[in-house]
Amino acid sequence: MTISIDPPKQSFRLSQLIYDTRYRSITIQVVTLCLVALGIIWLGYNASVNLTALGLEPNFSFLWNRAGYDINQTLIPYNNSDTHARAALIGILNTLLVAGLGCVTATLIGVIAGVLRLSKNWVVAKLMTVYVEGFRNVPLLLWIILIYAVMTEGTPSPRDFREGGTASMWLDSTVAVTNRGLYIPAPVWGPNSGFVVAVFILSIIGALFYRRYARKVLFDTGRLLPMVWPALLIAIIPAVLVFFILGRPIGLSYPELGGFNFAGGLQISNPLIALWVALSLYTGAFIAEIVRAGILAVSKGQSEAAFALGLRPNRTMSLVILPQAMRVIIPPLISQYLNLTKNSSLAIAVGYADVRATLGGITLNQTGRALECMLLIGLFYLAISLLISGVMNIYNNSMKLKER
Amino acid sequence: MNKTLFLGALTVASIAAAASSAATLDDVKARGKLNCGVTTGLPGFAAPDANGVWEGFDVAFCRAVAAAIFGDPTAVEFVPTTGETRFTALQSGEIDMLARNTTWTFSRDTDLKFDFTGVNYYDGQGFMVPKSLGVSSAKDLDGATVCIQTGTTTELNLADFFRSNNISYQPVPIQTNAEAQQQYLAGACDVYTTDASGLAATRATFEAPADHIILPEIISKEPLGPLVRHGDNAWGDIVMWTQNALVSAEELGITSANVEEMASAPTNNPEINRILGTEGDLGAMMGLSKDWGKNAILAGGNYGEIFEKNIGENTPIGLARGLNALWTEGGLQYSPPFR
Repeated sequence: MTISIDPPKQSFRLSQLIYDTRYRSITIQVVTLCLVALGIIWLGYNASVNLTALGLEPNFSFLWNRAGYDINQTLIPYNNSDTHARAALIGILNTLLVAGLGCVTATLIGVIAGVLRLSKNWVVAKLMTVYVEGFRNVPLLLWIILIYAVMTEGTPSPRDFREGGTASMWLDSTVAVTNRGLYIPAPVWGPNSGFVVAVFILSIIGALFYRRYARKVLFDTGRLLPMVWPALLIAIIPAVLVFFILGRPIGLSYPELGGFNFAGGLQISNPLIALWVALSLYTGAFIAEIVRAGILAVSKGQSEAAFALGLRPNRTMSLVILPQAMRVIIPPLISQYLNLTKNSSLAIAVGYADVRATLGGITLNQTGRALECMLLIGLFYLAISLLISGVMNIYNNSMKLKER
Repeated sequence: MNKTLFLGALTVASIAAAASSAATLDDVKARGKLNCGVTTGLPGFAAPDANGVWEGFDVAFCRAVAAAIFGDPTAVEFVPTTGETRFTALQSGEIDMLARNTTWTFSRDTDLKFDFTGVNYYDGQGFMVPKSLGVSSAKDLDGATVCIQTGTTTELNLADFFRSNNISYQPVPIQTNAEAQQQYLAGACDVYTTDASGLAATRATFEAPADHIILPEIISKEPLGPLVRHGDNAWGDIVMWTQNALVSAEELGITSANVEEMASAPTNNPEINRILGTEGDLGAMMGLSKDWGKNAILAGGNYGEIFEKNIGENTPIGLARGLNALWTEGGLQYSPPFR
């Protein structure tokens, strides 16, 4: 800005706001801001006037009324005498469950597919191209419904497992694949089982310490200690020992056919699996492209230098290429996580009870409070998205190129 | 980007702004057609036929109201609504009346600010199971997986029924009737529950309807009827009395076949004359033409004719009149007098 250096020769004229490039952009921004603000105010005013005219002032007291409906997957205790607020909480937990599972598997699938797409093996590379293009270019809703339909049509119903039926259980009668879900043995926590869990957690921490020690040895002396096997042993052996010393406090309950369905064991419902698989594969395809872009962004000289130093391709990828590629990968990865979380709201298509299905579906219908329910759901997704990007930004800052 | 967003918001706002209006009848007349909310497709009640023309029991009531206003049963724009969008559509003014198997309940009438104009079908929630399951009573359903169409009163009735009988179940919420049908047939659920009329309608579309039975228990009262927004009583009267005219017509023996003849000259029965406009001018009291009643009956026949044509025993749906017979025949259909 030159204003402060040479004094203005002429006084300020209003027309400068439009014709003077020094002010024009500010003028445009201020005018736009005013219009947008006016628009928002008008929308809010309009909505409140119309709602008042209909006698429907926003009111959230319905949240504390009895919900009266049942939900098929509840991570915390719930029955139909609980409140709408608790039903909403059940939905929120279900959303978080599928979003969390989805983010993890989508990342795994994405990284593997992205790396394999660059493989020198023609068949592998082309297969990955087919996967990525197939999933990226077909709407997610279709994939969810398709996977769900395949799962319900392609698997036997529980009544086929009866005596003389056409289906039988797998893995020594411990796992049943039905068109209502996957039934697996569930852990039964006996007395003292907390002890085993505590030992297990401690040994995992121990394994992490070993890893740190091995790295230190590597950097200090150049000696390469084995990493994977000792860490695994440290993590598992103490817990197994304690488990047997205490007389096997953790048992298993096996699914058994009783009445209409399997009882006992743990049911992983088909809607959850379908949604999880579809979200993972769909988002994984996008992540694969991000990973590929990130890898290609690392200059070829880096891998050539690594090869010249005698590093094998695996180590070149994990020690040289990926750490540098991460800086390109993480920012777009954040938005994929946000997409996955928000896309999980398609759950109702397969009858999965996420927050859109409980608070935004059944509660909305039973109470008729559409505006309030949608507002609450909007706030929830906003909060969870901001939280995810906040956490990922911290991670991004720790991975960022640090200029010293 | 900002601009697009803003313009989009403006459009939404202008639609919302159009919502609040006083006289629905004036709006409908100015528009030249009635906007009537129906289901997205339930055979027998409201579904488009092969030519895309809507037909069914609920559709017939929309057509009767349109005929009463315009003398033209085709002056209707059918707006398909889901269980979730129906109330918002009516509240916002997108539709003038809703004829969509909607249960008359206290909170819908009071809290949601609607007026039900009567009951055109007395229904109750039932269960459908495959015959091969060997179940004969809903009380044997302990532990069953139940498909429910979400966004209806059925969810609450179901929860109450299983709770009061101390048995458990696993709900599978499903958004539309068509999806529920697919899930049920694939065996993803043991039972499908909705209003008994809906079950009959759904079963009629199966390849082998005889392989499925509807259990005898009816676990709720579901008085279904058309509804309008609260606050415009003149409009509510038109819908209500059109419906009453159809019921009275059946009672008085006015059919779509003889209505023209009866309306051409006053008959010996003064009530028939008043309904058909050959005596007095009841139409003017509601802001309609003199022959509104004649037009409404001409649209699809009287209540009995509409019932038999769309969902009666000779249709694939095959519902008996039961509670929906006239009061003179042991049913509940009863119209206040026209005078």
